[in-house]
Amino acid sequence: MVDTSAVPQASGVPVVRLRGIGKRFPGVIANDDINITIDRGTIHAIVGENGAGKSTLMKILYGVQPPDSGTIEVDGQTVSFSSPADAIKSGIGMVFQHFMLADNLTVLENVVLGAESLHGIGAKARAEIERLSTAYGLGIEPDRLVEDLGVGARQRVEILKVLYRGARVIVLDEPTAVLVPQEVDELFANLRELKAEGLAVIFISHKLDEVRSVADTITVVRRGTTVASVSPAEVTSRQLAELMVGSELPTPSTEASTVTDRVVLEVRDLTLAGENRPLVDDVSLTIHAGEILGIAGVEGNGQAELVESILGMRAGVTGSVVLAGEDLSAASTRVRRESGIGYVPEDRHRHGLLLDAPLWENRVLGHQTRAPLVRRGLIDRGAARRDTERIVEEYDVRTPGVGVLARALSGGNQQKLIVGREMSGDPLVLIASHPTRGVDVGAQAAIWDQIRTARRNGLAVLLISADLDELIGLSDRIEIILRGRLVASFDPDDVTPETLGSAMTGAGGAE
Amino acid sequence: MIDRLDPRLVRLGLGIAAPVLAIVLAFAITSLVLIVAGDPVGEVWSTILSWPQPRNQANIINNATVLYLSGIAVAIGFRMNLFNIGVDGQYRVAAFAAAAVAGEAWLPGYLNTLLAIAAAVLVGAAWAGIAGLLRATRGVSEVIATIMLNFIATGLVAYLLRKVAVRSEGSNSLGTKQIPEGSRIPGFQIGDGAATEVYGFLFVAVLVGAGYWFLLNRTRFGFDLRATGRSNSAAVASGISVGRMTVGAMMISGGVAALVGLPILFGDAYSYGSTFQSGLGFAGIAIALLGRNHPIGIALGALLFAFLDEQSNPLQIIADVSPDIVAITQGVIVLTVVISYEVVRRYGLRLEQARVAAQLRAAAPVDPSGPTESSKEVSA
Amino acid sequence: MSVTQTVSRPKPGAAVGRRRLPRWWPLVLAAVILLGLSVLRLVTGADDLLSSGTVRATLIALVPIMLAGLGGLWSERAGVVNIGLEGMMILGTYGAGYFGYHYGAWAGVVGAIVLGMVGGLVHAIATVIFGVDHIISGVAINIIAVGAVQYLASRTFVGLPGGGQTQSPTLPDVQAITIGPLSDALGDLEGKDVFLVSEIAAVLRALVTDLSLLVVLSLLLLVVTYVVLWRTSFGLRLRSVGESPAAAESVGVAVLRYKFAAVLISGGLAGLAGGFLAMVASSNFRDGQTGGRGYIGLAAMIFGNWRPSGLLTGSGLFGYTQTLGLRQGGSSVHALLLAVAVLALALAAYQVYRRQARLGVVLGVVGVALLGLYLAIDEVPGDFTSMTPYVITLLVLAFASQRLRMPAADGQIYRKGSAG
Repeated sequence: MVDTSAVPQASGVPVVRLRGIGKRFPGVIANDDINITIDRGTIHAIVGENGAGKSTLMKILYGVQPPDSGTIEVDGQTVSFSSPADAIKSGIGMVFQHFMLADNLTVLENVVLGAESLHGIGAKARAEIERLSTAYGLGIEPDRLVEDLGVGARQRVEILKVLYRGARVIVLDEPTAVLVPQEVDELFANLRELKAEGLAVIFISHKLDEVRSVADTITVVRRGTTVASVSPAEVTSRQLAELMVGSELPTPSTEASTVTDRVVLEVRDLTLAGENRPLVDDVSLTIHAGEILGIAGVEGNGQAELVESILGMRAGVTGSVVLAGEDLSAASTRVRRESGIGYVPEDRHRHGLLLDAPLWENRVLGHQTRAPLVRRGLIDRGAARRDTERIVEEYDVRTPGVGVLARALSGGNQQKLIVGREMSGDPLVLIASHPTRGVDVGAQAAIWDQIRTARRNGLAVLLISADLDELIGLSDRIEIILRGRLVASFDPDDVTPETLGSAMTGAGGAE
Repeated sequence: MIDRLDPRLVRLGLGIAAPVLAIVLAFAITSLVLIVAGDPVGEVWSTILSWPQPRNQANIINNATVLYLSGIAVAIGFRMNLFNIGVDGQYRVAAFAAAAVAGEAWLPGYLNTLLAIAAAVLVGAAWAGIAGLLRATRGVSEVIATIMLNFIATGLVAYLLRKVAVRSEGSNSLGTKQIPEGSRIPGFQIGDGAATEVYGFLFVAVLVGAGYWFLLNRTRFGFDLRATGRSNSAAVASGISVGRMTVGAMMISGGVAALVGLPILFGDAYSYGSTFQSGLGFAGIAIALLGRNHPIGIALGALLFAFLDEQSNPLQIIADVSPDIVAITQGVIVLTVVISYEVVRRYGLRLEQARVAAQLRAAAPVDPSGPTESSKEVSA
Repeated sequence: MSVTQTVSRPKPGAAVGRRRLPRWWPLVLAAVILLGLSVLRLVTGADDLLSSGTVRATLIALVPIMLAGLGGLWSERAGVVNIGLEGMMILGTYGAGYFGYHYGAWAGVVGAIVLGMVGGLVHAIATVIFGVDHIISGVAINIIAVGAVQYLASRTFVGLPGGGQTQSPTLPDVQAITIGPLSDALGDLEGKDVFLVSEIAAVLRALVTDLSLLVVLSLLLLVVTYVVLWRTSFGLRLRSVGESPAAAESVGVAVLRYKFAAVLISGGLAGLAGGFLAMVASSNFRDGQTGGRGYIGLAAMIFGNWRPSGLLTGSGLFGYTQTLGLRQGGSSVHALLLAVAVLALALAAYQVYRRQARLGVVLGVVGVALLGLYLAIDEVPGDFTSMTPYVITLLVLAFASQRLRMPAADGQIYRKGSAG
């Protein structure tokens, strides 16, 4: 279907060529035989699943980590980078997903840092920044503190940093993940400007629609290997996605509705104030027994805050949370969880697990007040171990034993353990944030099955996901969250990912 | 080869290897200092590493008792990722409170002792609780707060001592009233004819150690405490009120710290005076680190430190070397123990990951994603 | 293991309504203090509040605190918490004692700096190379320094004239400057007891009479620190390492090298602080001479919001209270109590005006309580004056922490390759 040689070759030597790049970490192969060719004056996208090895590849290209094998060529010359400084010298600049800016320094200080030899740190540097800012329409004031800037402005500072150093190749790692739609449009305009000036832009993403709209060439990375280079005109988003996953995309199939009219979770007028605008803005939602309510939205639109507000993890929340008739609005997180809220957190390392504790202690986490694990304030180790063994068995957690540290498990097995644990607490409602993010395909299918089974048994589920197919396949109803508000509601039976996608960016109309 | 051994055995072996490595390194560095200064290295070590006399044995046990309590107090904080640098100040205010209460003898006999100990624990807990409260409500670093509280304690106790002090007969040092004989805690002899008795408070220390182990490893409170120490964010998500745990852990730590001065008070000094021993809190930090926050490990660490202190006393006479050389050893141990534990921990983690991977390969189709996150931990 | 993780420190929220103070504010502050103390003397009759003797003693008390604080500033601006300052100071006192006695006054100064840097080297190796928790390393250094100095003192000072296990022989002096005629004239003026004029004369007189070169040098170091850290690219890189090491590394800054250098400089400054104690504040090395000044320096740095000007204010405040406490300060400190009470009431009024009623009421209650205390007692016991720096620091941390801005990555362990 895809011809890997169909990449339009611009004249002359490619500005960057990666050949046979490999990188291993203890126990993991992050990169294996990566081959990419990038021409000047183009935008080259690199797409792949989370954990496919994109980040490692970029760190290698930018000299943060050395490759174990393979070569990097810049302008036809083989180079080896031992530090980012070397990469910068070769004209490669990097805009990280998590901005590499010091908040308490000014824009000027951040820009000149590491490049003081070019124009000093004073008036000359300021003049140069202003010149670049004007030339590329970046609109940057050199003397403001970075912490006072918004996300879009910070990203422009990062781009300016790279330009200031005279980069000819600009790498952007997931640049749109943190932007609102207008900012994305502005960014793309900036990128086209750069391209017109003859620079090469490497654009890493997993948002396929965006990639197809802005890139000239797309390279797909799967499990650490480049599997194809394609032109955006030739492929659909779905084909790209299948290339990323490596097989027919598993789509959770919708089952017959099990929705009852028994209200389990009722949230009214939930608001969480933020610095400038509310992070959660007057959200009301109702979930019935046997119902899965999906929440779709561009990342950073209040999903995490909504979940944490419902769980009582945030201070300063107003509005009410009622679970099966019990008002929990003023209750602590522990009481809420005891009352029957199960929680599969978005970031399992930060919120879901004690990485340096054995599995059975992780079984107790979040269930410290419940039998059989804990009786009269004392931990029952035997019962905890036995119940963990049961979860390992029932949920197919691949581990040699329950005394193993959670850190030693793979992401998929960690996630299965968490799902098993949360289901074991006999929840009335399960809040699942990105339950299959970063897990392998097998674990993904297993987790979907478990959620569906629980739904049949009358569980209410609040499902937050960035995977639109997952949302459409599992949910009984989908709400769109935009800037902290629920702005639209869809029936998954007659909605496409495209419709959802445009609604998420505020472009589509509400029903 | 190692991965074929019983994993528990490997873990135990690694656990012992780390402190041994640290001690050996510290001895080597100390020897280096001695050599550079031109002191007789052999004589120093043969003096220190000789078998102690019964009198010295009693001193070592007494010293270790005190250091043990200090180590446990620090360890409680460590288990929650809190750094109680304020054991010094806590036991100072607490010992003063105990001495003042016991000296008044409001109750007869051992009831008086119990009352005094209770007063000490309350005062110590409250003093540490200030730091806990500042941390929980205002986000003030407990490190800075406890350092400041140490100095404030010094000034406060000096002031109060002058208010309540009596001049004991035949001496011009200031002190609280003598504790009546019936309220003192008697010691006992080990061996024959040793002049020094072992503090009866030793048994309290053993109880504290057992209580510490039980609280941390068997109770829900201990689970919450350890969970918070391992991951603050996961603790919050699991429903633990971190603020309350912070205050609670600091208060328990301070309550144990309060006991540090009591063996001396009830077994030897019988009053709190301006010359009361200070500086035991910092040794507690070293000992808690050396003992890996484990009650038995801390006991061994306390014995080692007490042993070094006691055995170095005759150095001046025998080898013309200042006994303060062991303070260098003790300080260096703090650094080497942290470094060697970290080295061993990473080695152990790698072993475990390899073992899990190997077992899974043998047992089932390979999970293709592999332990991706753990690789991050190693590299980051 | 748990304790090697970062020990979190107060995380300042987003600074709301943060305003930058104009550059001349230290001058205004100095003028206000001068005026205030003059008024206070007039009201309370506490004559020693601002005599030239007090000013001189304050300078002597201020310098070691400030130098230790500068040491802390360098290190923490690069993201390494340094509670080993006390130990490095102790090493400095010995260095001054040994090299000062054998090779002369300036050799003593150099010796103090070098020995302090040895302490810094240990801290740097432990924290920067081995990734040991900064607090643990600091504690270890404090333990090692005490032992090492006692060991070395008994090895090197026993048998020397006036020397012994716990002290060195008398050390030579660093040069001091006196401008004779001016000093006398100002002395006369100070003696005239004229409101404000006498106070200004007292301050000037202290500056032209027997002023140790080391005091001048130390104050210069404060200025040099400001210029280097905020006006050179070296300083920018060093600060960036303390604010965001990942960002610094991503643009090619050798993070670990800058941290290493900063901690070494920090040790040198702390050592100099110790040397000052042995050679200027006293006449020989003595065991236990530092008396916790390393920690006061740390407190002054926090009080000063990790900035040189603030640090100077903090060490001035702490040095001044320490001086008053020593110079039969009961009555002077008592007088200060009145000043603090009035200040609290004024602030209370200001807060009420700004519609911060709750804070205003709290401040008002504090002010009234202090005023009551002032009227109730005649003298503040010395034990309380010695506590002042620590109480103030705790209060500042507790009630003004949103105004404090520590380096964002302070105390965090950084390993190479964490960028991205």
